[in-house]
Parts: sequence; C-alpha cells; structure tokens
Amino acid sequence: MADPDNSRQLIDLLSADAEDLSAEWVRIVSTTLRGRVSTAEIDQELRELYSALLAALRTGSLAAKDDAFAEVRALLTELSRTRARQGFTPSETAISVFALKQALEPALAKDPDGGSLRSYLQLSSLLDDLGLFTVETYARAREELISSQSEQLLELSTPVVKLWDGVICVPLVGTLDSARTMVVMEKMLQALIDTGSEQAIIDITGVPAVDTQVAQHLLKTVVAARLMGAECTISGIRPQIAQTIVALGIDFGDIATKASLADALRHALRRSGIEIGRRGDRVAK
Amino acid sequence: MTVEAGEGLLPIVANDDVVRARQLVRTLAQDCRLSLVEQTKLVTAASELARNTLVHGGGGTLRGELIRNGLRRGVQVVFRDSGPGIADLELALTDGWSSGTGMGLGLSGSRRLVDEFAIESEPGRGTTVTITKWAR
Repeated sequence: MADPDNSRQLIDLLSADAEDLSAEWVRIVSTTLRGRVSTAEIDQELRELYSALLAALRTGSLAAKDDAFAEVRALLTELSRTRARQGFTPSETAISVFALKQALEPALAKDPDGGSLRSYLQLSSLLDDLGLFTVETYARAREELISSQSEQLLELSTPVVKLWDGVICVPLVGTLDSARTMVVMEKMLQALIDTGSEQAIIDITGVPAVDTQVAQHLLKTVVAARLMGAECTISGIRPQIAQTIVALGIDFGDIATKASLADALRHALRRSGIEIGRRGDRVAK
Repeated sequence: MTVEAGEGLLPIVANDDVVRARQLVRTLAQDCRLSLVEQTKLVTAASELARNTLVHGGGGTLRGELIRNGLRRGVQVVFRDSGPGIADLELALTDGWSSGTGMGLGLSGSRRLVDEFAIESEPGRGTTVTITKWAR
C-alpha cells in the first residue's frame, strides 16, 4: 500500500488544488446538512480535517489506524460527537467524510492519467475506513448519551413520597431491573429512617409486567424493610398482573398486596392504629 | 399454519435487549389483538425466556411472528441460543429448580403462561424455545 510513488501522487493531487477541493468539500457537506449547521462551522471543521489529513498522508501512511492519523481521528471523533448530540443521522455524519471523494471527482477528470486513478482509489479506501470510524464513534456517542439519560431516569423515576405520618410510598414506573431495584431499595430504607415511618407502600401500577426477576427484587426489598422493623404493602396489582403471577407460580407469602394505592393506604393506616371513616359513621357509633 | 408478518430478528446480548424483547412481543401481541391478560402473560413469558437466553445461553436471538392457523391468529416467538444447552430438560422444567440464583420459575412458569411451548436442547449445542399464544 505505502508505495512512495503513489503516495506522492496522492499528496500532489490533494495539495495542488487544496483550496478548491476543500471549498467544494464544504459546499457538498453544507448542502446535505441543509443549514442545520452554519457553513462557517463546517468550513472550520473540514479545513482543519483537510490539513490534518494532508499532514498524515505526507508521512507516507495510508492506514486509518496508524499513529499518523491520530489527529484526523481526534477531529473526526469531535465531529461525530457533535453531530450525535445535535441529533443528526449516522449517514449525515458519515457524509462529511465521504463527500471528499465527490469533491475529488472533477480534479480527477482534469487528469485522465492512470496514476491519479490509482491514487484516487487508495484515497477512496482510506476515506472509507475513516467514514466507518466516524459512524462507529457516532454510535458510541449515541450510546453514551442514552446510558447517561437512562441513569438520569433512574434518579428521576424513584421518588419516595410521604403519604401520612408514618406511611411512605414508592411509586414504581417502568422496568424494574437490578440497578433500579438497588436505587429503590436504598431510597426507601433511608426514607423509613428519615421519616421514622413503620409502613411502606410499594406501588407497581406503572410496572407493565411482573416477571420472576421483578418479583424477586420486590421480595428482597420487602424483606430488607422488615429487617428494619417496617411493614411493606405492595399495591397496584392489576387483574392481568395477578393472573400472570399465579400462572408463573410466584408466591408472595404473607406480604400484604392490594389492588389500588387507596386500599394499601387504608391498610397501612389501620396497621398503624388510625381508623378512617365518614364523620356521620363516628357519631352513629 | 402460515406466517402473516415477521418482526425480524432481535439479538439478545445485553440487559437492554430483554427490555427490547418485551417491547417487540408486546407490539406483536397488540397487533394480534390479544386481550390485556393474554398480552401480559405473553410479554412476561418472553421476558423470562429472553433473560434465560442471555443469562444461561450466553446470548442469542429472538424471532417474533404473527401466525395464522385457519381462522385463529396468534403470536409465535422463538428464542435461540448456542450456549451450553440443558442436560436434563425435565429437571429444568421443575418448579423451583434453578441453575442460577433466580427463583427457578422462569422456564416452568413461562410454559404455563402460553398456549404452546416447545423446547429443544442438546448439551453443548444450545437451546431453542418456541412459544405460541393464540387469540381467543
């Protein structure tokens, strides 16, 4: 690959019309991104990339993974991350690299010499590698974004609310995996101490499906609360959940379960010695 | 039995994929107009089996399809892994027996949650579980 002659031609090709080529490159990319990134920004990004690419090629290397391309890769990483955060698609991100080929086409037409064609092909495969690198970085940036969002969600979705003196409630929404259960358990046990509560209600109205893992997590949380002297009620068991739990064969043992949060609250209040009734009923007694 | 619509192949290689498996199966169940109870049962069974594929099978794939048998419509989901396989199927399908730290109800419980349940496994070659739920 690193035939000095071809490499030479490639560099000549790129440095001879550097200004025209990079301008054309910027033009193609801005057209694709349709004004969602300012042309000045693209201009700066791509010109930096262009000079870094040229500098890397001058070392005689043609492999995207080489040390020579470290700066090119760093610039591309930056570019992909920005695009990922701005909500561009992977193709719109990769086009920033591939468009250089398109920009080179006219330059190639000017010189029908076979040598250029060969170096063009070499550059082309180098750009393909760099394009793939861009897409990979883009995907990684998106994944990081998603996992940080799901971490944020983890924090958001587990509030512990005080329903009454001595009664707290944890409304659960969504998927209950090990990580979330840990957060829920920690928060709930801490809230039991902080509020001096002896009754905790775990409401699973917002949990779409209760499988054995969810059940196991719930059971562990209840046992932990019991160890601290608190009593747990699980509420929000809808008909479909109840039937599924029975079919699965999960045994909730002597843990109090209720269909609605209201029932659970009444149960918890009764357990703490508070009786609720209408005003008239009390007089009648 | 004919296939009406395939939902393609879903790889199961991480915990997030179990959530994706549940969502895919729920969409299929809704398309098939299963009742809410049937939907929940099928989704729960899929959740168990997807986790088995991940935890015991070391990852694999899920294929979900809408199927038709005469006038009946249903959802069929196939879980496939090429993990260590199950040496003793009867034991694995016993309530409360677990090779891991779970409740030991995943496999046996899923069988009770669906209408048809087929399992093929050979030690060293992996496991394939096929479940079907028919609309009533």
